[in-house]
Amino acid sequence: MKIHNSCGLCKIKLEHLSVISEGDVLLEDVNLEFHCGQLTALIGRNGAGKSTLLKAILGQKAYQGNIQFENHLGGKAERPKIGYVPQQLEFDKNMPVTVNDFFTAAATNSKGFRLPIWLKSPDPAPCKEALEKMDCGDLAGKRLGDLSGGELQRVLLALATTPVPDLLILDEPVSGVDATGLDLFYRRVADLLKHYHMAILLVSHDLSLIRRYADKVVLLDKKVVAEGTPLEVFSSTPFQESFGYLFQGGEEE
Amino acid sequence: MIDSFLASLPIEMFQYGFMRNAFLASVLIAPLFALLGTMAVNNRMAFFSDALGHSAFTGIALGVLLGMDEPLLSMLAFGIFLGLAITKVKNAAPLSSDTVISVFSSTAMALGIVVLTGQGGFAKYSVYLVGDILTVTQGDIALLVIALIVFAIAWGFLYQKLLLVSVNRTLAASRGVRVVLVENIFVVMVAVAVMISIRMIGILMINSLLILPAAAARNVTGSVASYHRMAVLFSLLSSIGGLWMAFAFGTSAGAAMVLSAAVIFFLSYLYGTLRKA
Repeated sequence: MKIHNSCGLCKIKLEHLSVISEGDVLLEDVNLEFHCGQLTALIGRNGAGKSTLLKAILGQKAYQGNIQFENHLGGKAERPKIGYVPQQLEFDKNMPVTVNDFFTAAATNSKGFRLPIWLKSPDPAPCKEALEKMDCGDLAGKRLGDLSGGELQRVLLALATTPVPDLLILDEPVSGVDATGLDLFYRRVADLLKHYHMAILLVSHDLSLIRRYADKVVLLDKKVVAEGTPLEVFSSTPFQESFGYLFQGGEEE
Repeated sequence: MIDSFLASLPIEMFQYGFMRNAFLASVLIAPLFALLGTMAVNNRMAFFSDALGHSAFTGIALGVLLGMDEPLLSMLAFGIFLGLAITKVKNAAPLSSDTVISVFSSTAMALGIVVLTGQGGFAKYSVYLVGDILTVTQGDIALLVIALIVFAIAWGFLYQKLLLVSVNRTLAASRGVRVVLVENIFVVMVAVAVMISIRMIGILMINSLLILPAAAARNVTGSVASYHRMAVLFSLLSSIGGLWMAFAFGTSAGAAMVLSAAVIFFLSYLYGTLRKA
């Protein structure tokens, strides 16, 4: 693997970010920075605005304030490549679509007109190669709707990292995945971070995983109520108010 | 050229000019609807396209009020407007999408019928209900040829994006797809296809011709390419079969086509179930 030299991005800066939808304040005056080479975990109760924040960064939610992508010199970076692994795919499981069809559609959709996948099934080699990195090259020919939860998440991670993104967004990527799949998933994420120096933004409820993998934790409740290292945040008062005493001092698991 | 070739075939149906035109129209409508149908079924838009078909009533009524001889333009305009309006409200409103569609559909249908009956005599518009493919003109056929070419090229640019949107909108957006734009283009395509064929197939039948071949293809396919191939094949079989029934028994062609498509659906369902078992 090569170092991700093409990463023109150094940090993502959110300034005074607010999202108001139909009169409800979903996010209020959020100021945050996410750095390349770091895994930042977003935590908070349901409805705290975690997914809203991700959608704003992805340009899927109207917001007030600034979302800025900066390069190493502090200037504005080109629109960075973003990889995204959604929480769960609620698609029609009977859809006649193979993993290869789906993967190729996603990997080539921006390349204008090409021999369409509806005329001829695409060459599975590039898809297989990308899936191999997640130890699941054999899934390329399967139907998307036939994959298990863990298999689907691996395919989605392989897709999100092809091409290697500057920013990788993981929205509760492993809900409904068994323990082995979970472990594999996060080992691959840690691997990506080490080799490619991308910025990773993770939403998760799994506090023990966050303690193991995150460089920085942000506790959100419509605004930022605590941020810092996992231990700092887990021992803060707002954290204990949100999560009870489940994780007192970050010692219990 | 094609016309004289068809006429030279030893097939009784092709001895009549109107049957040759009807045949050409059928084999053009079939792949057009099969293509759009694959995505309409993926996106669970059967009810939506049904509403579009019903909105033709208001399109016709608008044409009558504006004094048009041929209400195709007003049908197109209203169909596109309604399609985009439903999509917009569906994405914004906290109502379930079938409720939204139902409200729009009933309004468009009732408004059209009120205006048309008020104009005195609904009977002369009843041709739109069951359609009449035997009165197809060369102009209609030319329009279908253009539509099929334009749509096939558009499908080349759009399909991968549409597929991503149908799997997950946010994921599609993260890959640079302009979700709302792509969705709206598809809606406009469905509206155009429905409106240019509705006088031939009929308001009551048009939606089935969009949905059934694709639904049947799903029973027996697992990949995007085979899904398209089978949908086009099933669509052609039901169109030609239906037209032949119309010729042989004097039935409505649109209804006979849908009936053929339904038979194909049940057969493919049976085949798919047996193969899995």
